[in-house]
Amino acid sequence: MSHSATEIWAIIAVLGVGTFLIRFSFLGLVGSRRMPDWLLRHLRYTPVAVLPGLVAPLVAWPDAAGGDTDPVRLAAALATLAVAFWRRNVLWGALAGATTLEFLNWMF
Amino acid sequence: MSLATGKSAFLEGFIAGVPFLFVAGPFAFLFGVVAVETGLDIPQSVGMSLVVIAGAAQFTAVQLLSEAAPIWVAMAAALAVNLRMAMYSASLQPHLGSAPLWQRVIVSYLNFDISYALGIAHFDERPERPVDQKVVYFLGTIALTAPFWVIGTLIGAAAGGALPDNALIDFAMPILFLAIVGPMLKTLAHLAAAVSSAIAAMLLFWLPTGIGLLIAAAIAMAVGAEIERRRGR
Repeated sequence: MSHSATEIWAIIAVLGVGTFLIRFSFLGLVGSRRMPDWLLRHLRYTPVAVLPGLVAPLVAWPDAAGGDTDPVRLAAALATLAVAFWRRNVLWGALAGATTLEFLNWMF
Repeated sequence: MSLATGKSAFLEGFIAGVPFLFVAGPFAFLFGVVAVETGLDIPQSVGMSLVVIAGAAQFTAVQLLSEAAPIWVAMAAALAVNLRMAMYSASLQPHLGSAPLWQRVIVSYLNFDISYALGIAHFDERPERPVDQKVVYFLGTIALTAPFWVIGTLIGAAAGGALPDNALIDFAMPILFLAIVGPMLKTLAHLAAAVSSAIAAMLLFWLPTGIGLLIAAAIAMAVGAEIERRRGR
């Protein structure tokens, strides 16, 4: 690696401060003031707008499968989502997904 | 807040967070291994996990360093990966914004994908809970994972090469996040937002790390909000 120890610590410091400021942004500066309704209406969809996008490429092209679509992982992902949606329960969903993954992987 | 309700909120969050140990542990170990292979020493590897405390961004930074990228490129790319957390911060504000400043500082430091996802799922279910209980619940979700992120990095950095050999462990993270999303799909607006997010993120995956996801999230939030506006909640 072509970077000095000073450079590495500089990166760590900048990333630490920058990441904290990103996380603190709205929570810190807006405080208890009420944000406008149109903004709140958008923010209500933050989790369902970020998490599926975070996960979708990992499901479609998992690195561990060489970046190609893997039927076993795809089936496990669908089982997770279906059971979590149907039972309205995170743990049942995760359990269904993990079981599907291990079982199909053992079969094929 | 009485001590008993505070304890119970913490315990509820703590229990919800337990499964994520199986994600964060191996992930942290892997980060330690990769960081040392890249040329960071053990204090630097552990220091990064303690100070930055954001898995995907740390991997991005180390990956770029190993490719001998200029340090400003590594910094910019890693911060771009973390920009989604500004959305998390805004989304938590209606629930936690009235907490004292020092509590908001701690919550911000510990605002990960995991704690955010578990926290917001709970707050949307129980919006009437007092803010102090919400803060305690949030901290409970991450009380196990956060220390393990740092300790796991230390073990990985010290151990070097010996990777966990279960090839399926890479998929623990997608499964747990999908399991969190499932119960959130309460209305057509939520469902449409989730589908838009997944499709847009895949279409935009060629963009630099983190940027495609930001655009996809913005599109998906607009889709959800627009459907809600037309149909009512």
